[in-house]
Amino acid sequence: MLKAMLGEAWYAMGANRLRTALTMLGMVIGVGSVVLMMAIGQGAQYAVAQTISTMGSNLYILISGSTSAGGLRSGGGGGPSLNVGDAEAIAELDGVSQVAPVHQGRQQLVHGPNNWSATVVGTTPAYLDARAWTIASGHPFGDSDVRSATRVALIGQTTADNLFGAEDPVGKAIRIQQSPFVVIGVLGQKGQNLDGRDQDDTVIVPLTTAQRKIFGTPFPGSVRLIMVQASSAEAMPAVEAGMIALLRQRHRLRDGQDNDFYVRNLTAAADSAAETTRVMSVLLGAIASVSLLVGGIGIMNIMLVSVTERTREIGIRMAIGARQKDILAQFLLEALMISVAGCLIGLLLGIAGALLINTMIDMVIVISGASVLVAFGVAAGIGIFFGYYPARRAAALDPIDALRHQ
Amino acid sequence: MSQPLIRVVGLGKSYRTAAGPFPALRGVDLGVDAGEFVAIMGQSGSGKSTFMNLLGCLDTPSSGDYFLAGRNVAHLGDDELAALRNRTLGFVFQGFNLLPRMNLEDNVGLPLVYAGVEREQRRRRARQELQRVGLHAYADSLPSRISGGQQQRVAIARALVNSPQLILADEPTGNLDSHTSEEIMALFAQLNRDGITILLVTHEADIAAHAKRQVRFLDGLIVSDITTPAGALARC
Ligand SMILES: Nc1ncnc2c1ncn2[C@@H]1O[C@H](COP(=O)(O)OP(=O)(O)OP(=O)(O)O)[C@@H](O)[C@H]1O
Ligand SMILES: [Mg+2]
Repeated sequence: MLKAMLGEAWYAMGANRLRTALTMLGMVIGVGSVVLMMAIGQGAQYAVAQTISTMGSNLYILISGSTSAGGLRSGGGGGPSLNVGDAEAIAELDGVSQVAPVHQGRQQLVHGPNNWSATVVGTTPAYLDARAWTIASGHPFGDSDVRSATRVALIGQTTADNLFGAEDPVGKAIRIQQSPFVVIGVLGQKGQNLDGRDQDDTVIVPLTTAQRKIFGTPFPGSVRLIMVQASSAEAMPAVEAGMIALLRQRHRLRDGQDNDFYVRNLTAAADSAAETTRVMSVLLGAIASVSLLVGGIGIMNIMLVSVTERTREIGIRMAIGARQKDILAQFLLEALMISVAGCLIGLLLGIAGALLINTMIDMVIVISGASVLVAFGVAAGIGIFFGYYPARRAAALDPIDALRHQ
Repeated sequence: MSQPLIRVVGLGKSYRTAAGPFPALRGVDLGVDAGEFVAIMGQSGSGKSTFMNLLGCLDTPSSGDYFLAGRNVAHLGDDELAALRNRTLGFVFQGFNLLPRMNLEDNVGLPLVYAGVEREQRRRRARQELQRVGLHAYADSLPSRISGGQQQRVAIARALVNSPQLILADEPTGNLDSHTSEEIMALFAQLNRDGITILLVTHEADIAAHAKRQVRFLDGLIVSDITTPAGALARC
């Protein structure tokens, strides 16, 4: 019975090929765009998740305020309000796992005839842990390097490529601000950060060396940034409150006085970036779904026309013993076949389009089995939903009225 | 004789028209036994087709009762009516009503699809019925490729395929020339000899002469019901 009906549905679709093809095209475009948009959206989410995973987790950055605003306290200088002592004090707080004072800026690097400008980060070994940096070759510097301000450097992949090319940088010298530094390690690759900057275009040196040899601060011991890592996501609120209270106390800020530093929750920023891409991908999917809906309405439209055109046929079928449910099944099956066939083609085109985008503009594309299944399920659902009303109308026809039609 | 195959009592049908209800049948009583061959006659508009459509379970009466093979049709649901149309009776139309996109074999086998018969069995029985009406050579042709008389034979084969007790034919020769009509009537006569009850509507006396019994309609009522001597003999 089902086989006979499938054959008939196939036959009916073949009877008006152009019309069937055009109706199917609606589904093809709908499903294709849903698959494509979901691939792009999920790709973007995946890319952001990748970036976040390279950033280090549960991070805060404390940023020095400019003391010239509250200049009274520092006696009219303009030095950074944070210092290494603050960092050491914060490290004692509960729930804090790493604290790294940071002094950074862009500098020109020289190795032999090669020039390259990169972000130079002066900091302590804790920074490597907090930012989840790995060492690809060589070894990191230690606290003793910070204490004695040795001229050693860890360089990122981009920096290594540009200064050294195919050469192995470990053990070689580079010059920063005329001072020679020995490269003792190459950092593992991270890629872009959330702002789109290349995280591998960097050099990490001991904080003290950076201050003395590179940036030459007139305020020894003060720093622009302190990176703080909490031991867990749950510990973050307590750590944030504790840091602020501690720093206010250390900087002798009275009630009502503004903080002379800023607290930036990097993890929250990452979360909001992830949320943004999530919203974007939902939005893309929603827009694509509209075309799927339009495709479904196209099916309904054509099925209604088909029922009207074939009223007499329906009458004949009823006269020779077709039950209402037979007629219903026949038209439902036709709608379903159009939508499922359209869905299959749309799926292939969507995937092909996604792969094309991937190769042409190197965008991250994720085609998940789930999204394919969803598209398929939705298409079948649309076939049934939009096919049901016309099929119901066909089945509800009175045999004699249908036979008299025309 | 046991219960009649068809029994109608006070059957009435009015159509809704712009000018109010129009009574096309106004209380018809008739009994038809199994094995009869009845011609229904009467002038145009007298209610013959209306009556046949009711007998064929294609339409529902406004009043009265219709018993088919002992069952009161008024009490049956849609599916049961469909089953009656599928198994108990076969309807033959003036305009053949074959499905134009299907070949003859599939057309003839279509009632079996709704009876849930398997494909091989359907093919076998469809070819058998085509053979019976002498058209097995055309099994793979489309209806448009054969003549009107041949199409009507195919329609009869379709009506026969599920072995009904009763064939209802509304002016089956109305679209055919007199020679072809004779052939079709000969086919009906043969089917009747094979034991199938036949009711057919016709305008022409020579066509009606094939039947053993002639029922005449006028203005929605039966005005005469004559059994020919041969028919009377057959009814005993
Ligand atoms: N669907 C309908 N709506 C309204 N009136 C109808 C309808 N069908 C038939 N009639 C009317 O009912 C009456 C009987 O019609 P019916 O078709 O039964 O006549 P008939 O005897 O078959 O005529 P003919 O020999 O021309 O086929 C006619 O007057 C016709 O106009
Ligand atoms: Mg008529």
